[in-house]
Amino acid sequence: MSTFNPIEFRGVRKAFRFFTLDDLSLDLEPGQIMGFVGPNGAGKSTTIRLALGLLTPDAGEVRLFGHRMPEAQAVAKRDIGYVSDEMRLFQNATVGWHLRFVASIYPGWDEDYARTLLKRFNLRTEQTVKGLSSGEQMKAVLLLALARRPKLLVLDEPTANFDPVARHEVLGEFTDVLRDESRSILFSSHNTVDVERISDRIAFIDRGRLIDSRDKEDFLERWRRIELQVPAGATLPEIPHVVGRESDGQFATLTINQFTKDTLARLGGAVRRVHRMSLEEIFVANVMHHRETRSS
Amino acid sequence: MYSGIHISQTDERPMYLQIMEQIRQRIAAGDWAAGKELPSIRALAAGLSVSVITVKRAYLDLESEGVIVTRHGKGSFVAEVNGLAGELQEAKLDEHLEAAAVIARGLGLTDEELAARLRRAARDLEKKK
Repeated sequence: MSTFNPIEFRGVRKAFRFFTLDDLSLDLEPGQIMGFVGPNGAGKSTTIRLALGLLTPDAGEVRLFGHRMPEAQAVAKRDIGYVSDEMRLFQNATVGWHLRFVASIYPGWDEDYARTLLKRFNLRTEQTVKGLSSGEQMKAVLLLALARRPKLLVLDEPTANFDPVARHEVLGEFTDVLRDESRSILFSSHNTVDVERISDRIAFIDRGRLIDSRDKEDFLERWRRIELQVPAGATLPEIPHVVGRESDGQFATLTINQFTKDTLARLGGAVRRVHRMSLEEIFVANVMHHRETRSS
Repeated sequence: MYSGIHISQTDERPMYLQIMEQIRQRIAAGDWAAGKELPSIRALAAGLSVSVITVKRAYLDLESEGVIVTRHGKGSFVAEVNGLAGELQEAKLDEHLEAAAVIARGLGLTDEELAARLRRAARDLEKKK
């Protein structure tokens, strides 16, 4: 049993003419789902391409299961199932043809699982691809990757084209993969509700930089929004880890990224309400704070 | 499968608390008897379509509360504690009392006034019987 992490980035840099991904260090451990979240153009797809060995880093190191990329592309690829919403199937071929094709290439192909997924995703082998809706085509692409039972699934915006029912179906399949604790998933998404639900670890990326990466529960436990009322003339005690502050007259709202009981003790009677934050709120606050810090 | 447990998106509480609460209910009601093996963390996560870390967090907190015991490599079990259901009820009572204390504070009641009200409520309950 290998002790190597499925994915390891160390100080990775990749520069393009108008965009630079810089100083990226990241670890995905076996048995985890990592949600990769960032605005458009943040560098998510670049990072994924580096991980797959489709791009060569200018500096730093990318390793998959201990293999240095992109040199060990062939070795690492055997163990990776990659799906992006830009993937296209052969329009004139049937679903069944694709199944046989992928099964002939990958020894790990699980025919029983493929049949189960066909039923769950409501696809039929005799259907031609061009007769499928875009959501159904995406399901077929996911099926082809899942039924190979790869040790690592890399999914670029896998739920973007799905209706709520289809999203529910595929998210269920993703968490099902994790019954096996040697398998892992990296998936990028704009949909923070999906990410919040199924990720063990979350990485936020913005403008080519990793701005935060930690266990999901850590994010949800540390971030709070606190509503305060400070009587005129009184001043608020200084408290640490405030990343956002809005005030209007006596009323103020603080956003805090390392909330503890001590925070409340320091604020005392001024506290009116304490709100937990959704992953989406945390993400937006985190990005805004990071941008302000960088520009000042 | 474990479809009895569910996660609500409109529930303000985090997912791990929702899971804890529903497991506690099953134990308090006696549906899950002492010694019963809980689903494995990975099985429950897959069954609920939530992350492993969320279920892990729920199990760890239930363990530190003494509601379940986890034996390394063997799984998690409902704790063999006498009167566990009672303990859960007591914890629930403390929760409600704390909430009452908060409201009393808001109304400007003294602790003595709050206690008097509680005695009156208990007396009213007796009369109703």
